[in-house]
Amino acid sequence: MPWVPFRKLRKLDEGESVALAGWNPKEKINERLDMMQNSQVWRSIFRPGSIFRRGYADSPRNRAYVVMNSLLYHLHPVKVKRHGIKLSYTLCLGGLSFFLFILLTITGIYLMFFYRPEVGIVYSDMQRLSTQVSFGLLVRNLHRWGAHLMVISVFLHMARVFYTGAYKPPREFNWIVGVILFLLTLLLSFTGYLLPWDQLAVWAVTVGTEMMKNSPVIGDQVQFALLGGPVIGPETLLRWYTLHVWLLPFVIVIFISIHFWRVRKDGGISGPM
Amino acid sequence: MPTPDEVYEQVLAEEQGKGSSPAVAQSRAKAARVRAQKGAADPSKAVAAKSGAAPSGDAGDQSPAGTGAASPPTAAATKPAPKAPAKKAVGNGGPAVPERVQRLLAVVKPEAIQKIERQPMDRVNVWPHLMAAEFASLLVVMALLTFFSVAVDAPLRDLANFSQTPNPSKAPWYFLGLQELLRYFHPQVAGVTIPTVLIIAWFAWPFIDRNPSTRPEDRKVAITLFTFYVITFAILSTIGMFFRGPGFNFVFPWETGPIFFEL
Repeated sequence: MPWVPFRKLRKLDEGESVALAGWNPKEKINERLDMMQNSQVWRSIFRPGSIFRRGYADSPRNRAYVVMNSLLYHLHPVKVKRHGIKLSYTLCLGGLSFFLFILLTITGIYLMFFYRPEVGIVYSDMQRLSTQVSFGLLVRNLHRWGAHLMVISVFLHMARVFYTGAYKPPREFNWIVGVILFLLTLLLSFTGYLLPWDQLAVWAVTVGTEMMKNSPVIGDQVQFALLGGPVIGPETLLRWYTLHVWLLPFVIVIFISIHFWRVRKDGGISGPM
Repeated sequence: MPTPDEVYEQVLAEEQGKGSSPAVAQSRAKAARVRAQKGAADPSKAVAAKSGAAPSGDAGDQSPAGTGAASPPTAAATKPAPKAPAKKAVGNGGPAVPERVQRLLAVVKPEAIQKIERQPMDRVNVWPHLMAAEFASLLVVMALLTFFSVAVDAPLRDLANFSQTPNPSKAPWYFLGLQELLRYFHPQVAGVTIPTVLIIAWFAWPFIDRNPSTRPEDRKVAITLFTFYVITFAILSTIGMFFRGPGFNFVFPWETGPIFFEL
């Protein structure tokens, strides 16, 4: 039985009433709720079939409408294969990766309020974030641990897809998009790694970018373009900040959209095995 | 004389003995039973089969012979019997409707004739079944992550100092497998060739693996390869994380104490 909002309020028994003399709050509340839900404003926001609309009842028709008549229809079909909702098949990994991406976007935007990518002040911004900003430390922790978790969940999602053979025709292209998404996730994590501008960040990035220098022919050029110079410096910070908060999220959103769209077009969830 | 049902059982047993598929065996047995029923109801057919172009009118006095001859079509139902009525039908041209010769050539299952575009599938509503599960898992992960974030602070070391290289310097944990490879191979191989080959292999994998089956028992090679890959990198990363001390030299974390690994 799905959760139906306001049911509790509507179904109050007469005996449960906390009515004071001459005033019945239950009746009053229901009256107000009806008024609110009948108003033009409310009905303009919630389309027919919404669980928040007046008169929502749990019927097969309404269950279809909940998805079909809302933004959700861009993400989910009305019905899915029964085996697809089994936790043991998907382990929710794709959905959790997406959820973590949303969480990282929200926490990241919050962090951007207090962060300036300039070498002289960036570290003091980081310290201020941890000590003076409301929830600054918690949000930074959520952002960092969430980022690590996203790398893990995206990789595990990939492993799940591999082990269930879900990349097989007609889903070959979506596997390719998925690999791109995995690489973008790594890049997002790696570019974010530099931003605290502490010893850990700078030297981990140094080690990481040293590897790229070994690319044949264009190695030095690749490293120069990425660092904005021969070694890590102020240009690197600005460059990686821009990559981290604008370019890579922009690109990954495009690929996420393609990924989700192809899941539907390729016939929904794969399997059963 | 065997009853039609006995004929059915007998032919079924014969067919099964020959190793025919159940569907074929059953069909042949059914056909034999029908023939036996016809033979029993109208013995003249059998007589006609015996005596060639004899008219069907003399059924009455020939009946003992008819019953006697009724056994060949049933016993040998599989081969010679069906041919005889055919000859008769052609031979006398008397009956308006010639008896149809039916020989079982093959059993065609209905799916082969009616092409089913899409198998009917057991489906459930996204709302509430899928969305409830999604929401629950979202809440669980959010709760765990929040608890973890309250309990463990993200690392923030000293201000970056380019004149002071920490020892050891380690890449982020997801690159530690590659950094570990640098110990064994030339940088060009470990830092460029191996990652490039791996990435290309990932992209090309659906086109390399032509096996259409998704059942694990049919995909031993693919699963072995992938598991081998995952385990290899897990081992390399673990060594890089926990078993590499100053100078990126091998240490045992329980001997040196601190683990040279930060997230």
